[in-house]
Amino acid sequence: MASQAHALTEADKDRFYLTKEHHPENGTLLGFWIYLMSDCLIFAVLFATYAVLGRNYAAGPSGADLFDLPLVAVNTGLLLLSSITYGFAMISAQAKKVKPVLAWLAVTGLLGLGFLSLELYEFHHLISEGAGPQRSAFLSSFFVLVGTHGLHVTFGIIWLVTLMVQVAQRGLGAEMKRRLMCLSMFWHFLDVVWIGVFSFVYLLGVLK
Amino acid sequence: MSAASQDAHHAHDEHHDDHDGAHGSLKDYVIGFVLAVILTAIPFWLVMGNVLPTAQMTAVAVMGLAVIQVLVHMIYFLHMNSRSEGGWTLLALMFTLILVVITLSGSLWVMHNLNTHMMPATAHDMQQMP
Repeated sequence: MASQAHALTEADKDRFYLTKEHHPENGTLLGFWIYLMSDCLIFAVLFATYAVLGRNYAAGPSGADLFDLPLVAVNTGLLLLSSITYGFAMISAQAKKVKPVLAWLAVTGLLGLGFLSLELYEFHHLISEGAGPQRSAFLSSFFVLVGTHGLHVTFGIIWLVTLMVQVAQRGLGAEMKRRLMCLSMFWHFLDVVWIGVFSFVYLLGVLK
Repeated sequence: MSAASQDAHHAHDEHHDDHDGAHGSLKDYVIGFVLAVILTAIPFWLVMGNVLPTAQMTAVAVMGLAVIQVLVHMIYFLHMNSRSEGGWTLLALMFTLILVVITLSGSLWVMHNLNTHMMPATAHDMQQMP
């Protein structure tokens, strides 16, 4: 279709102006982007809540007492690595190579699982120390914000496993690439949100 | 590899089909990854090593680096540009950013104001109340 439009442009350049006209065959990717933007608003509201409540400790522990920065650094590294491994999966998908796609998706999923288990370990550690979400407004907003991100990662992993099964069964058709592209946007978006979390919540939380 | 990526870029410019803006070359991902690692390492180093003299300076540096890193991710991982989907993704992003800025700055402003007015009122203040 695109090549037809192109040929038409060459032939009728003086009669039609088609070079920059754009009619997507389907709006899935744009639609998914708009979903991501609405998700972005959810996180913005949670960040705003944390920004307002993050220093209300109710005489309880503060971020400086609780946060373990080396753990957060490892977590950040895992998520960042999973972003580039997903990128490698997308490059393999463009080249229509099923096995590398599956392998890179598996690596991405494992890195995501590693991230999730470290986060759950951290949550468990905090709660067992008595710094659960009910301790103070700071901890409530912390658990909601970081937990919502973790929940997104969880669903991302479920989605990723689903796509791995589908790619293994049906290969890399146009619709499969579209699905991989949507998950790609979702996964990279989660990494973008995590930049906000580690900078604003953890690093600034440790500063006095 | 480089010829293939040249081709991909060429196709990218020529046809605005519906995968437009979502392709990424290996080079894009590697550049993005290296930049992201650097932009992650610096704020952690600043905070964990107590490099800057005041906490406020560190905070400003951390948030500034975070903004740069978000841009790096947008460009190299999410392949944002003004042409993808005929500019609609960028428009949606702009709209979202405006809402995010209003939400964040508005919340902080209103709640700060509220906190200021929650200072313990004196008897004199109470007499001035409507």
